[in-house]
Amino acid sequence: MTVTGKASYAESQLYVDGVTVSFDGFKALNNLSFTVDPGEMRAIIGPNGAGKTTMMDVITGKTKPDEGRVIFKGDIDLGKRDEAAVVALGIGRKFQRPSVFENHTVFDNLELAIKSDRRPFACLFDRLDGERRDKIDATLERIGLTEQKGRLAGQLSHGQKQWLEIGMLLVQDPELLFLDEPVAGMTDQETEGTVELLRDLQGERSIVVVEHDMAFVHALGVKVTVLHEGSVLAEGAMDQVQNDPRVIEVYLGR
Amino acid sequence: MSLLQRLTAPQPQAPGKGRLASVILLTILAAIAILVPLLNLTQAPGSALHVPTYLVSLLGKYLCFAMLALSIDLIWGFCGILSLGHGAFFALGGYAMGMYLMRQIGDRGVYGNAELPDFMVFLNWKELPWYWYGFDLFPFAMVMALFVPGLLAFVFGWLAFRSRVSGVYLSIITQAMTYALMLAFFRNDMGFGGNNGLTDFKDLLGFDLQADTTRAALLAATCIALGGCYLLCRAIVASKLGRLIAAIRDDEPRVRFLGYRVENFKLFVFVLSAMIAGLAGALYVPQVGIINPGEFAPANSIEAVIWVAIGGRGTLYGAIAGGVLVNYAKTVLTGLIPEIWLFALGAMFIAVTLFFPKGLVGSLPGAIDWLKAKAGARSAATPTRPLAKEAGE
Repeated sequence: MTVTGKASYAESQLYVDGVTVSFDGFKALNNLSFTVDPGEMRAIIGPNGAGKTTMMDVITGKTKPDEGRVIFKGDIDLGKRDEAAVVALGIGRKFQRPSVFENHTVFDNLELAIKSDRRPFACLFDRLDGERRDKIDATLERIGLTEQKGRLAGQLSHGQKQWLEIGMLLVQDPELLFLDEPVAGMTDQETEGTVELLRDLQGERSIVVVEHDMAFVHALGVKVTVLHEGSVLAEGAMDQVQNDPRVIEVYLGR
Repeated sequence: MSLLQRLTAPQPQAPGKGRLASVILLTILAAIAILVPLLNLTQAPGSALHVPTYLVSLLGKYLCFAMLALSIDLIWGFCGILSLGHGAFFALGGYAMGMYLMRQIGDRGVYGNAELPDFMVFLNWKELPWYWYGFDLFPFAMVMALFVPGLLAFVFGWLAFRSRVSGVYLSIITQAMTYALMLAFFRNDMGFGGNNGLTDFKDLLGFDLQADTTRAALLAATCIALGGCYLLCRAIVASKLGRLIAAIRDDEPRVRFLGYRVENFKLFVFVLSAMIAGLAGALYVPQVGIINPGEFAPANSIEAVIWVAIGGRGTLYGAIAGGVLVNYAKTVLTGLIPEIWLFALGAMFIAVTLFFPKGLVGSLPGAIDWLKAKAGARSAATPTRPLAKEAGE
């Protein structure tokens, strides 16, 4: 494992530094370290139990690391913050199972997500202004759900729900996005649409995609980090990683 | 779907549907507030139009229960928190009103002590406990009827929601809360009249509680308070905060990871709901003439939840309908065969959960469509519009 020097992590978007998390003695994360650069799109893969979900839990404030640090934008320690504080800093997270509010309309889903005062009393009196409305409309266009905006989110197809959830993150203007299996359960056509959407987003913010689907990761064509037993096993271009004998053993040896 | 799934599944209402129901509800409340007192006070007892005084008070009692049901629907139907301890907030509001009414008795008690309520004289207490200070003032007592339930809900909710206690665990500790309060209020040295509670009230703001006019005024006040609370709840569930609490009910982690501190939202709704329950209790006590620790009984809170389930949760007006109708059924049934009531209540609850998960008001549109379709089938010549199946989706 390479230890990144201070000079490079100061400029990184996210720096995970030697994070260890154990649950009843089981080390879900074991001295995990990696960095994500500003504007970079990164794919993280790994077999079941490799620690992908725990990694996201630690970064997004759900789980506190036992050891190590998570540094955002070079100087913000995420280890002491709760989920709401982490979101306020500009980190968004899409869940593996599409998590949209099924009893609300597509538009309302985005309205609840859009950047605004998050306190109860502010929400009680909040009225949507033109600027935010425009932004929601622009996002609807981008995720291809303009025509669905008045429908209940529960009536959307599986793929549309995934896109809506990505849209809910986009309206928050996050600097760093975590997408957990964005194409799980999608048809080939929907997967293609997702690849296009992510390509479109690429560069404007840092995106970390956690995936199982190798074809999808291939199609993204970005740097890949392979997790195994809570640490980084390999890192590099997809072709390079795929030919790594250790990666082959971890994936095929089971 | 299993029984449990049916109970926990949200019952969303199509937007806009509530408007007509709101108008109907408020019209009925206004009619009760005006007509019932009028028919009670102006018509001679022998007249066919006369509403007897006992009915005025009975109606007032039902409407107080309806307000309790409304408060439960706000927290359960919209925020997904199944509180089985709302009877405690109701009872605390009732005790605040009861304390004021006790102080109003003055020296007209059995012992004629102007300073101390009868039960304190009986216990050989020499002076009024500090927590009774101020309750001789009506505004203070009314503030306390809201503040004390609100404070209890705040402390309880702050601890529970921050520790992320939810679901059935939260329901159980709310039961424990009301049970603990019941045991505490049963104790004589708590200073709230122990087992007997507070009773023998004489007057309210100088008006004789036994007078027909006072009872009519209390009914009207209850209608106004219920209508006001209904409009307040309606405004809240229509706001962005209302959409958020529904989102919390449906997918709490997603709301949390959108950057909202979910516990603060739950706390807001829980406290507000407790205060509405407290107000309901405060209006209840002068109309029934007594408050005792039995009101804290865990079974009372569960019964109130059943009213909401039967009426139709997640609609607000459904809870009000459930509160009134189930209690009316209770009056009728306990009058006929007292032993059967609990079985009937249980049977209604199971039937509604299994066959009408949307409750009475939620099943009404479907029933109307069914009747229309039946009428349409009879007059086969006239084509009718197809069954509005889509609307139920």
